[in-house]
Amino acid sequence: MSRLKLSGVSKRYGDFFAVDSINLELQSGEFVSLLGPSGCGKTTTLRIIAGFVDPTAGIIEMDGQVLSSPAGSVPPDRRQMSMIFQSYAIWPNMTVQQNVAFGLELRRMPNAEVKRRVGEMLEVVHMNHLADRYPAELSGGQQQRVALARAIVIRPSVLLLDEPLSNLDATLREEMRFEIRRLHDEFRVTTVYVTHDQAEAMVTSDRIAVMNHGRIEQVDHPRALYNKPKTRFVAGFIGRTNFIEGTSDGHQISFDGFALPRSAFGRDVPSQGKAVFSVRPHSMRLSDVPPTTRDGCTSVGVIVLERAFLGEHWDYVVKPRKGALTLKVTTSPLDDFPIGAAAWLEFEPRQMASIALSSAT
Amino acid sequence: MTDKSLDDRALHFSGVASRLRRLDASILLWLALIAVLAFLVLNPVLRLVISSLQETDTGNFTFANYRVAYGNVRHLQALVNSLELGIGVALLATLFAVPIAWAISRTDMPGKAFVRLMVFAAFVTPPYLGAIGWILLAGPNSGWLNKVWMALTGAGHGIFNIYSMTGLILVVAVTSFPYTFVFTSSALDLVSSEMEDAANILGARTLRTTLRITLPLVTPAIIGGIIISFLEAIALFGAPALIALPARFNVVSTQLWQFFEYPVRVEEAAAYAMPLLAITVLMFWLQRSLLGRKGYTSVTGKGGERRMIALGPWRWVMLGYALFVCALSVFLPMLVLLQAAFAKAWGRGFSIDNLTFHNFYYLLVEQTQAKQAILNTFVYSAVTAFAAISLSLAIAYVVSRKLVPWSNVLAFLCVAPFVVPGIVLAIGFYAAYAPPPLALYGTATILILGFTTRFLPIAYTSSAAGLRSINPEMEEAVRILGGGRLLAIRKVLIPLLKKSLAGAWILVFIPATRELSSAIFLVGPNTRVISVMLFDLSEEGNFEVLSALGVILLIATVAIAGIGSKVIGRDFMLRRDS
Repeated sequence: MSRLKLSGVSKRYGDFFAVDSINLELQSGEFVSLLGPSGCGKTTTLRIIAGFVDPTAGIIEMDGQVLSSPAGSVPPDRRQMSMIFQSYAIWPNMTVQQNVAFGLELRRMPNAEVKRRVGEMLEVVHMNHLADRYPAELSGGQQQRVALARAIVIRPSVLLLDEPLSNLDATLREEMRFEIRRLHDEFRVTTVYVTHDQAEAMVTSDRIAVMNHGRIEQVDHPRALYNKPKTRFVAGFIGRTNFIEGTSDGHQISFDGFALPRSAFGRDVPSQGKAVFSVRPHSMRLSDVPPTTRDGCTSVGVIVLERAFLGEHWDYVVKPRKGALTLKVTTSPLDDFPIGAAAWLEFEPRQMASIALSSAT
Repeated sequence: MTDKSLDDRALHFSGVASRLRRLDASILLWLALIAVLAFLVLNPVLRLVISSLQETDTGNFTFANYRVAYGNVRHLQALVNSLELGIGVALLATLFAVPIAWAISRTDMPGKAFVRLMVFAAFVTPPYLGAIGWILLAGPNSGWLNKVWMALTGAGHGIFNIYSMTGLILVVAVTSFPYTFVFTSSALDLVSSEMEDAANILGARTLRTTLRITLPLVTPAIIGGIIISFLEAIALFGAPALIALPARFNVVSTQLWQFFEYPVRVEEAAAYAMPLLAITVLMFWLQRSLLGRKGYTSVTGKGGERRMIALGPWRWVMLGYALFVCALSVFLPMLVLLQAAFAKAWGRGFSIDNLTFHNFYYLLVEQTQAKQAILNTFVYSAVTAFAAISLSLAIAYVVSRKLVPWSNVLAFLCVAPFVVPGIVLAIGFYAAYAPPPLALYGTATILILGFTTRFLPIAYTSSAAGLRSINPEMEEAVRILGGGRLLAIRKVLIPLLKKSLAGAWILVFIPATRELSSAIFLVGPNTRVISVMLFDLSEEGNFEVLSALGVILLIATVAIAGIGSKVIGRDFMLRRDS
């Protein structure tokens, strides 16, 4: 049985669906991110899970018991969850120690036990030397650690994080990503993490749910999400990509200016009619002589239109000699092609993800 | 080589010269401003201290004034009474204000807009009008509440007596609780509701969250409110004079007033005013240092979606409490005041044959004094508002653009009168400018100067806040295109500041129209203002005419506050500037 289960959860404000029939299941100990642009409904979803917002449709269950439904909800204070807020919401009137102890005291734990657990927890987040400080005397990263300690120390059934790193500077943000993952590996708390930063989601999560316009577009492991995006939005939101549209006649798929054999693609590509693919810029190879044909790969003659040197790589814009299609290609810094030069572009169909047509328009 | 070092020296020299030239101009400006401030702020306070140490006739140094001022049990009792009044008012006002502020800021209590409006009404009601209302309500036996009580129970005499310390505390608390309300609710509005969410999700319910998280977070603001209402209460003159004197006890302010009865003993009054000044300065210092280590104000968070606490049936209880406080502070006193204003004799109650407009006719047509007082009030207040704002705008500009050295001294002097109780300031003005050489006693000038000093801090904080909202680059854009500083001020700054200056003008004008505690010491026979006239009428016991005059003052105040909120935005007076 899954730990947390969202079935058809919706939140409507007038005619606007902030959250639109979301289905999501988390296994015990799993770390799932809700990833999407601002306004996609991810924070509202999180607040529905926490119980701060009631859904207008659908139910949320934990361990088989209904927590939220349009008919009524268990209030946040009785869900045994904990949450980390965008502002951290560290209480400035209490010391670090008092902040972390708050949840344990509510559970009527004996003082010695509270003290021991708080001490242990502060040690885990490397904050034990600052236990008697007030939050105003801490840096952003330290406040973040207090928030983590306060949330985890009660061993919550579910841990909710609402863009916890968005107020930190870039270096600290990178460090805290790994910190959050480390704490998850240590405590194995079932976690829902809301973010708009794909790198954050990729580093921390077991699975990522990409959201757009209140809907979940795709839930998958980070690698699958990147390599096999199912919708145009997911392909475009995670990493850079080219969308190319072709028509299949059963033997080959014709694109604007070139064609690839149908047999090179899997079954998810329709054998007849239109097909749309997402091709990552660095999944294609650019070379100045026709490459020896590798298994399943096809080379197309192209002309270099634009280029930019970015140090770690080159960005090229090329177009097939026939046709008007333009493609972004990323190459190693050594591959130097002047503008206007003729070159060969090698496609590997395995790395081309077929995009659902309904979302491709 | 030689040429170069010569050039260098020339360059260096001309730099010094031009800096000297600039310094000259700015020093003159600084001297001019500091001279005005010394006249308005420094000198009166200094003269107060000095004259407390001088012999009345000779001006020789002496401690005799202090001996007279404190060598009397009745005088000491008045000090104790003031403390009791201050503490009682501060606590009662907190009891009134904090639950209402919490309910409005954090919960789903119905009727919030109305309650807010009523708190605003309590805020603009002068305390002495509230006191008169309460005399009509709870005067022994004749007061409305006592009559209702006697009618209901058949008792032979009433149970309320406003002429008591308890009565005085109640009257002052119902008019000063808006201070605590403003402090608390603006602090509550700043606290991110994520602070409460964080406690909820860890398992804390509404009550515990409120007691452990929300209220501790705004404790500094509540203490600020307690301190302000304490200071208001001990500096107040009108309400104590109306209630304590008939009740045959004194507080510091009424005792000070008695030093001014013939023969005027300014030196003893000055000595006796010292504790009031000291306590005020001390309390403000205390409030500053209270914010200390925990840094409450620095942590606010972005807030995001604000969640109102659902109180369920309790929201009606909260509304009931809020309306009860509004009844004590606004509904009941205003009702009986209006009744009296339109009554032939207020004790005859609500009936058509008791209805008359004669009180207003008497004030506005038959009698000359009232017309003069009304005219005086509005002219003096308007001039005061213009003077205070012109001066403070000039200083705020000079300070914010760092045009002169030591500009912080100017800013400090502008806000310094804030810690001087009005009654103490008035005695200082009297000591400094009533006698020759200036001999301003009984002139409009001394009243306007006194008012200007008294309300300079309000004018300064609003002008400085307005200026801070304007990016200096707005002016720099004028200057880089070739316009001078004065052109930039005239064409860009003043137009941009119009609204906040209008707001500041009203913020000074309204308290000036109702100012009593400094006016009572500075008026002469021809410069009486409404507040002083009200006080005189109360000594005659003519409550009908008195109420009518109060109603005129209130209508004028409400009209101006109404225009203000139209022009500047709703409840601009309830905002906290600092």
